[in-house]
Amino acid sequence: MLLETIFFYLFAAGVVLSAVGVVFLRNPVHSALSLVLAFVFSACLWLMLQAEFLALILILVYVGAVMTLFLFVVMTINLDADIKKQTFVHYLPFGLLLMALLAALLLFVLKPAHFLSIGQPIIQDQDYSNVQVLGKVLYTHYVYPFELAAVLLLVAIVAAISLNPRQPSNKKTQNTEKQLYIKRADRVRLLSMPTEKKP
Amino acid sequence: MYLSTFFANATPALPEIALLSMTCIVLLADLFFSRLCPRIPYYLTQLALLGVICLSLCALNKPQTSAFFGMFMADPLSSLLNVFICLTSLFSFLYARSFLEETKMPLGEYYTLGLFSVLGMMLMVSSQNFLPLFLGLELQSLPLYAMIALRRSSGIASEAAMKYFIMGSLASAMLLYGISLLYGVTHSLSISEAAIIFSQGTATHNTVFACALVFIIAGIAFKFGAAPFHAWAPDVYQGAPSIVTLFLGSAPKIAMLGFTFKFLVQAMPTLQTQWQLFFIILAVLSMALGNIVAVVQTNFKRMLAYSSISHMGYMLLGLISGTQAGYAAATFYIIAYAFMTLAGFAMIALLSKAGVEAESIKDFQGLNYKHPWLAFLVMVVMFSMAGVPPTIGFFAKLSVLQALVQVDLVWLAALALIFSVIGAYYYIAVIKTMYFDQPEKSTPFPTLPLDATIAISVNGLLLLILGLFPSGLIELCNKVFL
Repeated sequence: MLLETIFFYLFAAGVVLSAVGVVFLRNPVHSALSLVLAFVFSACLWLMLQAEFLALILILVYVGAVMTLFLFVVMTINLDADIKKQTFVHYLPFGLLLMALLAALLLFVLKPAHFLSIGQPIIQDQDYSNVQVLGKVLYTHYVYPFELAAVLLLVAIVAAISLNPRQPSNKKTQNTEKQLYIKRADRVRLLSMPTEKKP
Repeated sequence: MYLSTFFANATPALPEIALLSMTCIVLLADLFFSRLCPRIPYYLTQLALLGVICLSLCALNKPQTSAFFGMFMADPLSSLLNVFICLTSLFSFLYARSFLEETKMPLGEYYTLGLFSVLGMMLMVSSQNFLPLFLGLELQSLPLYAMIALRRSSGIASEAAMKYFIMGSLASAMLLYGISLLYGVTHSLSISEAAIIFSQGTATHNTVFACALVFIIAGIAFKFGAAPFHAWAPDVYQGAPSIVTLFLGSAPKIAMLGFTFKFLVQAMPTLQTQWQLFFIILAVLSMALGNIVAVVQTNFKRMLAYSSISHMGYMLLGLISGTQAGYAAATFYIIAYAFMTLAGFAMIALLSKAGVEAESIKDFQGLNYKHPWLAFLVMVVMFSMAGVPPTIGFFAKLSVLQALVQVDLVWLAALALIFSVIGAYYYIAVIKTMYFDQPEKSTPFPTLPLDATIAISVNGLLLLILGLFPSGLIELCNKVFL
């Protein structure tokens, strides 16, 4: 029990610190990596709750796919770190005020006494399958939101494709085919002019 | 065996299922047949909306039935809102066609995304669980962001889409945080179960509920565009192409009202005194800011954006009264507002020349000398927005104020009247520009497409006819709340 508590606080501290890092690190690439770390720590927390499948999905999908893509984007557009710093100082006083107000509100509200106690998680026996239970619930009780999420993904695909440019409108590219098929007559014009006499 | 019970179970959701299937057909038809007939996505879209309107009308008199393990509920209110969501969308898609073809925007993508958004709106009014309600809200707003940015050559549209996207995500996050707090207390995402727990709530629970309410109302107010969560509205309304503005300004607001009924009236009736207070602040700020700032606008789209902020304030007055009559009045108001907004922005889209929109109020100068019928229609719309008697806008304002006076909130009704007098100034200023100012120079008048001209005439006359004979619609709104 004690060991579990120690690990819980270790992972929880990891989540909070890496989340802080996402906001405060100056290099956008470091921020993204810090977010990856936050995902890994939360996966560890889920593992402790015996939600193995969800924990693995979090690592596979978010850390493996989404964040890698995210890093690609951040690296390709090469964000200027200075801009982040400038706006950071500019909005700091207002941000601090807002943060203080929000923190005070949440400290007042989010007390354990205000929530129904859930109790300890039930410890399942060894051949209990997380995936099976999830699958059963997902395709029966939650089939409606599940299908909605699928439609949402379809919308994302349609939107992303429709926002892509269809034809390069004013892009300057080399047309290799045209260059290869060019003939001398297309470029050079020979004129026969009478020679001029010297005055 | 299981499949047959599933289908028997899913019949209340027939309009939604039909719309989703048709949306997929539109998507595929655009891919395969757009060479043969470029307008095929448009025709299929309108056909789909007409079909869904018929299906929803059939469901109007049925008692409430639930489906999908109680996560979906079709009741008269949701059917009524569905009818008007589809009707306003039908009009806005009709206005959009000629502009889309003129500016060579992709027709198929526009209508597919639009139908997805309509589907999201319908789910927002008929889901009975916080999870699908939120998914419906996202399904409604995601296509809108893309539709705004669809005109790639326009920098101002991309800026509007970006602003709307970031602010919208923030609002969704707030709403979601509120829902998570509620879930922490109730351990249930079902609205009917939550309502039972709310009614038994002890004092300690109520602090959490109040905190969750702050986040939820902030999210809702943002989506309505009510002050002080309005900052996105003028920029987005102005930056988006008019055909998108008239879509995002009309149907989503009707859906948002249904969403608010689910969240506040059905799930937390016991917390009414608390959300009433929030709404009073929102309503007063919206009416004041919307009406006063609109006076100094020279851009017609921006002016209509501020006017929509003030209209949201008036609509909230119906919710504040907290009676059945008040809710019916709010529903009537939002339907009237949707048709007024449609007609207002459709004018801008119709008067656009070669893809350049008639944004400035100056563009309407002396419209009466060029096209008297169109000028008359703009006049009807403006009078309706100001709330002048023979139009629907008058009865909308009247019923909302009536509901307020019935619950002894006379001071609020008086305040609303004062702001509406201020508001009348800028509406009437537009009419003055059209009728009494000479046109600046003889610019060629754009040729109006026939279908859109007929639609705008029907739309404008509807504002007048429903103003002369409002009892049918008022009765309908009252009936769904009994």
